[in-house]
Amino acid sequence: MTENQEQGRTIGQLIWRRFRKNKLGVVGGLVVALLFFITVIAPFLATMDIVEQSARHILAPPQKIYFQSEEGEWRRPYVYNLIKHRDPDTLRLMYTEDRSQQFPIRFFVKGLEYRILWLISGRTHLLGVDEGCRWNLLGTDPLGRDLYSRILMGSQVSLSVPLVGVSLSILIGTVIGVISGYLGGRVDHYIQRTIEIMMSFPTLPLWLALAAAIPITLPSAYRYLLIVVILSLIDWGGLARVVRGKVLQYRGEDYVLAARMSGCGLFRIIFKHLVPGTLSHLIVCATLSVPGMILAESALSFLGIGITPPLTSWGMLLKDAHKLEVLVYHHWIMIPGFLIIVAVLSFNFLGDGLRDAADPYS
Amino acid sequence: MGERLGGKDWDEELQMITFIVRRLLGMIPTFLVVSFIVFFIIQLPPSNWIERHIENLALEQGTFTSERHLQLAHELTERYNLDRPYLLQYGSWILNFLRGDMGESFEYGQEVSVLLAKRIPYSIMISLLSLFFVYSIGIPIGIYCALNQNKISDTIATIAGFIGLSIPNFFLALILMVFGLYVLDLPVGGLFSPEYEDAPWSFGKFIDFLQHVWVAVVVIGTAGTAGIIRVVRGNLLDVLGEPYITALRAKGLPEKMVTIKHAVRISINPVITGLGMWLPSLISGETIVSIVMNIPTAGPLLFGALQSEDIYLSGSILMVLCLFLLIGNLLADIALAWFDPRIRYD
Repeated sequence: MTENQEQGRTIGQLIWRRFRKNKLGVVGGLVVALLFFITVIAPFLATMDIVEQSARHILAPPQKIYFQSEEGEWRRPYVYNLIKHRDPDTLRLMYTEDRSQQFPIRFFVKGLEYRILWLISGRTHLLGVDEGCRWNLLGTDPLGRDLYSRILMGSQVSLSVPLVGVSLSILIGTVIGVISGYLGGRVDHYIQRTIEIMMSFPTLPLWLALAAAIPITLPSAYRYLLIVVILSLIDWGGLARVVRGKVLQYRGEDYVLAARMSGCGLFRIIFKHLVPGTLSHLIVCATLSVPGMILAESALSFLGIGITPPLTSWGMLLKDAHKLEVLVYHHWIMIPGFLIIVAVLSFNFLGDGLRDAADPYS
Repeated sequence: MGERLGGKDWDEELQMITFIVRRLLGMIPTFLVVSFIVFFIIQLPPSNWIERHIENLALEQGTFTSERHLQLAHELTERYNLDRPYLLQYGSWILNFLRGDMGESFEYGQEVSVLLAKRIPYSIMISLLSLFFVYSIGIPIGIYCALNQNKISDTIATIAGFIGLSIPNFFLALILMVFGLYVLDLPVGGLFSPEYEDAPWSFGKFIDFLQHVWVAVVVIGTAGTAGIIRVVRGNLLDVLGEPYITALRAKGLPEKMVTIKHAVRISINPVITGLGMWLPSLISGETIVSIVMNIPTAGPLLFGALQSEDIYLSGSILMVLCLFLLIGNLLADIALAWFDPRIRYD
């Protein structure tokens, strides 16, 4: 590529060209997009009410989906009801299929009313079976609740906490970073010292201490907000440092001087001339701090001091796996763990790809 | 040391000593701020822990006169200066902490310092074992990746490292516990088998200890290992591109000498001195893994203390963990100044 062609492109195009070359980054980005899409339409995909308990379906395994009738003919996919009983020798829970009636899996069935993004309301769900059958695609938890639906609805918490949290960190980090970098001197010194001290805390013990201080009686929604605040309270320092570094670098550039000479106000200089320059680095840094937040939220919820019912999250679902004897015989309760890994991994790949692409002139 | 007096070495040593002294003085304000934040956080829960503590005591001991009630409340108020202004409470708390009087744990009815003396050594042992694990696995793999850049083995190691970064600690602990317990038939959870519980340290006890904590060490180390692999790989690639490496090759030095003696040594310097960067994640990892695996270290104690609002216990553990980090950072800085004289002039 010649110099001229290179110059004819905007910085966005250059970043995109470079990002596209990183295959892992692109795959990560696609998976992240898919995960968020699923999260948004989760209520449409869910098959059951996530709080509905059933004593007859405690730790029921995922139902097998049949594509052939017992005579071997191909038919519309169907499932059987499960019947609970105990193994007479070991007293363990056992489930057998009730072969007397087949329940075909149907598309677009009517069910529980829901809202997507507070806007679209509906009662149609993607999949479902007729009345008289309890279909648990991914099995149930120790209270007999449908794991598939709980995982879907849990993704709304697990993936929105880091998103909201990182937005909050960006806000705090940008404001403080700009102040620190632009004013410099003593203010800068104290801000940097504060950030250093914050970063010298052991994060998890600090999160534990702050989360444990939230009263148990607080409604779920407030608790959710406070958890987000706690997570970004410790996270913004890194972002502020990135912004400060860039502002410090650009502050002395000629174009900023020119802007000041031609009478630009402080705010205009900061938001028009300094902040956009930090944007690409800020986005990279923010993407890379999402994985830490997903892991932190899941750890707190796993320990029981994160999200509280009726909300649920992947970490909270894994609480049931803490009893090893439960985990050993009921593998499906580990599924949320693998989803956490997929989400964190994709964000790491995406962030890594963006980091390499963020500075297209290097 | 006598013959070096007045020479160049003496200058260097003096610089080193001034650096350490300055660094130590710099720790004082940090320590004060950190301790104040800790004090603030442990007092966040709105409930009245004195009332709760006395009620617990009353439940334990049956009948409890209101006179005894008042007397206890008075004693506690006196001991922790609760009727004084907030700053004075903090001041007496931190002074007592520095003197080794950390208050009393309400939950355990023991002095906090006694409880910590039992638990903290294990926390430190497990953290150091994890650090050893991280370095001994991460550095060789990082070097290997850099020397085989962009080959399949490098890609596999990179992806494996990413996966290691992405597994929640507690989840990996659960999986490995099930694996150890049901597949390898090893004891997991806790620190020792019953027969070694109170025995003095011996080789057998140490092996038993390792059998119990290997899962924790592997879990805590996994995320750190991925980080080290990346740093070592990146540094070594940078160093291998330097002109002096080309010069060495041009002189006809065998490739093995070039990489191992001249490139690798430089490239792992920042990893060793970057100790301060790994410590927080080690401590976080140690905390949650110990809670999950029920290993009697400081982690589960902190978790329990936070939930039961045993504030002098939780506060002291938080302080000790912070101190551990501060000292770790100090050692890392000193090591860095040792290796890189430019730092001392800063």
